[in-house]
Amino acid sequence: MPTATPTRLNHFTAGVRDTVPMLIGAAPFGMIFGTLVATAQMQAWQGQLMSLAVFAGSSQFIATGLIASHTGMLVIWLATFIVNLRHMLYAAALMPHVRHLPRRWRWGLGFLLTDETFAVVDRYYRQHPQDALGHWYFLGSGLSMYVNWQTWTLIGLMFGAIFPQLQTLGLDFAMVATFIAIVVPQLFKRPHLLAAIVAGSTAYALQHLPYKLGLLVAIAFGVATGMLVSRFTRQDNKQEQITAEQA
Amino acid sequence: MNITLTILGMAVITFLVKALIFILGDRVAFSGNLKKALEFVPVTVLTAIIVPMILSPHGKELELTWRNPQLVAATVAALLCAVSRHQLATIIVGLTVFFSWQYMLS
Repeated sequence: MPTATPTRLNHFTAGVRDTVPMLIGAAPFGMIFGTLVATAQMQAWQGQLMSLAVFAGSSQFIATGLIASHTGMLVIWLATFIVNLRHMLYAAALMPHVRHLPRRWRWGLGFLLTDETFAVVDRYYRQHPQDALGHWYFLGSGLSMYVNWQTWTLIGLMFGAIFPQLQTLGLDFAMVATFIAIVVPQLFKRPHLLAAIVAGSTAYALQHLPYKLGLLVAIAFGVATGMLVSRFTRQDNKQEQITAEQA
Repeated sequence: MNITLTILGMAVITFLVKALIFILGDRVAFSGNLKKALEFVPVTVLTAIIVPMILSPHGKELELTWRNPQLVAATVAALLCAVSRHQLATIIVGLTVFFSWQYMLS
């Protein structure tokens, strides 16, 4: 039974296979991104360059929106940094499994890290904590996401080029709809709901500040609100536990 | 070539943020508060971006009216998403409502 011997190729293809649902899920977002590029007065090759070199969906959407509204470069870089900070948490969680790898592997896998690949690889490592070839699985997941993202960006770019009148139709609403689909499921937790309300109203009130500074203030206020509320919520829970134990 | 420079800078920043922990290894540790703060980043960023686009799509005054297609479609999309929690359906229905509303008003 040759398949019983685990090989690099087996691990790689297993990583690709387990990522297939994520590839399908990312496809419309890649295509929407490609279509939005034209609305931001960016050249098509610049859109593809962003997908090739940055490879981080939400920060690409945000940067495209900010470029469209003529935001300064430093604010876009700061927003990119803040939005992508969560990857540090992912990397910290996966660190025990990549620590032993050569440096070029760690750089490569770090570049390929996304929300989707983290979800797939983290689940795999929980099930196979001692797998010596797990990095090939990681590579399969990350590389398939990368190729998928490039392909759908290109399709979106061509779609935007064939139907340039879409720009005047307010296609940027595709981004609004996409963000609603990401945000709303998180609003069932009270701290997240209040964080979003504060961030949204601050952003609205301060929208005329230069360089989109209002956006950064809104994020800071929203995050602070979320942390405060979750602290009080935790105290409430403790209080309830104490009352329950006493009763 | 300001946009190209912006993109290349984004690439460097994103790459460092993603890969730095893998390279530094155990020399970095996250405080509990920082982890907690990061948890609220996606929801606040995305909301802060779209709320002005929905409430004042022309970047001027508040357009709290049924004649604002952004507002109508965003409300429908948010309600649908809250009930169904289906991402793709939310996007497709939101866009359909937006374009048909815009078409009916024109």
